[in-house]
Amino acid sequence: MNQSMPNWVNYALIPVINVLLAFLVSAIVFVMIDINPIEAAEVMIKGAFGSEGLGYTLYYTTNLIFTGLAVSVAFHAGLFNIGGEGQAYLGGLGVVLVCLGFGDQLPLFILMPLCILGAAFFGAAWAFIPAYLQAKRGSHIVITTIMFNFLASSLMVYLLVNVMKDPRQMAPVSSAIPEASQLPSFQDMMAAIGVSIGSSPLNLSFFFALIACVLVWIYVWHTRWGYELRSVGFNRNAAQYAGISHVKVIVVTMMISGALSGMMGINEVQGVSHQLKLDFVAGYGFTGIAVALMGRNHPIGVILASLLFGGLYQGGSDLAFDFENVDREIVVVIQGLVILFSGALEHMLRPQIVKIPMLYAKLRASNNQNGSAEA
Amino acid sequence: MKKLIASVVTAGVAMSVSSTYAADFKPAVVYDQAGKFDKSFNEAVYRNGVTPFKADKGIKVREFEPKNDAQIEQGLRKLAKRGFQPIVAVGFTMASSVEKIAKEFPNVKFTIIDEKVDQPNVQSIVFKEHEGAFLIGALAAMKSQTSKVGFIGGMDIPLIRRFACGYSQGAKYVQKKAEVFVNMAGSTPTAFNDPAKGAELAKSQFSKGADVVFAAAGGTGLGVYQAAKDEGKLAIGVDSNQNHVQPGTMLTSMVKSVGVATYKTYEDAQTGAWRAGVQQLGLKEGGVDWALDEHNRKLVTVEDEKKVNEIKAKIISGEIKVHDFMSTGACNV
Repeated sequence: MNQSMPNWVNYALIPVINVLLAFLVSAIVFVMIDINPIEAAEVMIKGAFGSEGLGYTLYYTTNLIFTGLAVSVAFHAGLFNIGGEGQAYLGGLGVVLVCLGFGDQLPLFILMPLCILGAAFFGAAWAFIPAYLQAKRGSHIVITTIMFNFLASSLMVYLLVNVMKDPRQMAPVSSAIPEASQLPSFQDMMAAIGVSIGSSPLNLSFFFALIACVLVWIYVWHTRWGYELRSVGFNRNAAQYAGISHVKVIVVTMMISGALSGMMGINEVQGVSHQLKLDFVAGYGFTGIAVALMGRNHPIGVILASLLFGGLYQGGSDLAFDFENVDREIVVVIQGLVILFSGALEHMLRPQIVKIPMLYAKLRASNNQNGSAEA
Repeated sequence: MKKLIASVVTAGVAMSVSSTYAADFKPAVVYDQAGKFDKSFNEAVYRNGVTPFKADKGIKVREFEPKNDAQIEQGLRKLAKRGFQPIVAVGFTMASSVEKIAKEFPNVKFTIIDEKVDQPNVQSIVFKEHEGAFLIGALAAMKSQTSKVGFIGGMDIPLIRRFACGYSQGAKYVQKKAEVFVNMAGSTPTAFNDPAKGAELAKSQFSKGADVVFAAAGGTGLGVYQAAKDEGKLAIGVDSNQNHVQPGTMLTSMVKSVGVATYKTYEDAQTGAWRAGVQQLGLKEGGVDWALDEHNRKLVTVEDEKKVNEIKAKIISGEIKVHDFMSTGACNV
């Protein structure tokens, strides 16, 4: 059935219909709590993509692209990396160490690649251990990565409370990184060319995320390593038989995945809060799984899904801000419905939808036949 | 004549300005990430500050509950942009955001609770928790038959150590040889919302001989009180008056009047009495106190009450100096 289905149905029509269904159910939920769903949608869309909120949406999108890409890359090798949370956390540590260490000594254009390396290295290192255990010992990656999230959380608590804590602050946060090492924000960049835009946490790392998408696309689909990666994902035994070392592929893939997650730390630490905070990952690692799922593990899909989820984060916060009877958790409900419909119930409508273009094709074929018969 | 007209005009303008100001009085509050209904700190602001202000003055208070750090800043900025003030930020986690937004909107009044932010348009309200804790530490030691009392803190931060330090001082003031067990539930914000851990820590302190425990731990405290009830020991509540939570078990509560302070902030801003700067509210100012009501009346004898109030008077008069953990970063008791 899959072969007969045009790509646009698979990659565009079905996801869009699923998302619309999710929104429809959300609307019913809104009606149940006495909110006009059309008004709510207006507030959310305006909040997420209006001039005031767009920066915030894209800032959330940046985080989600990194974690979503991380999950996708691993997924192509048949690995379910749910350790994005911990890897991103450690990535933040890498960034803050580089910035605190060299922040006031190096110019930003040298520091930036160092920070990327720092974030990627720490994230990758955190993913290396579960990867190694999976490849060599067969310990299931789902179990180990999720346990590593807890380890990362405990480790960071220890570091922030006992080692890196800024003594002037009540909350366990590191000292602020030097101003020279902070990533330029969008409003600063735009101000430099004379355009004034609203203040938002959006910063240069948004472009890093887009570049990462291109690099992932090239790596997975246009290199020999990417071919090996996908081979292992399709069939580990066949790949082994073809002379591909699955140990190597698993370890390398997971490290790339961890590095991508880790780079989320650049956005949060170097771009926004300018210090390491407890729990700064705030669930982006887990949302990344949903993003990858929705984006069909393709960079373009990941960007679109990140935009959708980023918009939901931002629009939802506006919704909670403007409607008194909307709890801030309502966003989670909508997100949950989106994930439910585009992930878990992905195949629910597929048979029906698939029939439509096939019917259409049949109809055309018979028309043509009739036409030629008449002629 | 000209002068007269001018002064009349200015007076008229001034009057209209002030009256529009009163009509446009738009107070707001930003809770921290624990949310409005955390059964503790945020809820105290909501129940004792925001709700009565709405009821008394008929003025709506705009509320916002951020979900993550980015939303704290965003929420503060939006409130400031839409003309809300004063904006009360609840909790020490807001400090950096308040500082940033206060700089962006120098004409908007901000009030932060539990942390100091040094900006010309920010009012910082901090409490002398050590004084209140001293008082209930003294009461705990009076009531203890084993001379062993316990303290269970939430997140291990200087603020909570300040509670612990005051409590120990109070206990030792009454009984020189009193032993004070101090445990913290954790070092992350979840430590304020972990009743199971609270119960566990309480039980371990009971097994070491403690018979009165004080929990300065937000939602974690609920587990402590339950454990105390189960084992027939005494417990002390915090922040709000929690005497009603487990009547017969709750010896008293160390009340921290965050709600009252919030109420007063709004009222001051409305009447024009609002001032930037640091306010330290202790026993004297009624910022902290101990709670005595029908739920714990049976546990506290008239004699106890008298003693506690004597100590309270001595602290207010300065006769007893309670060491503040945060002034030195150490507790030498």
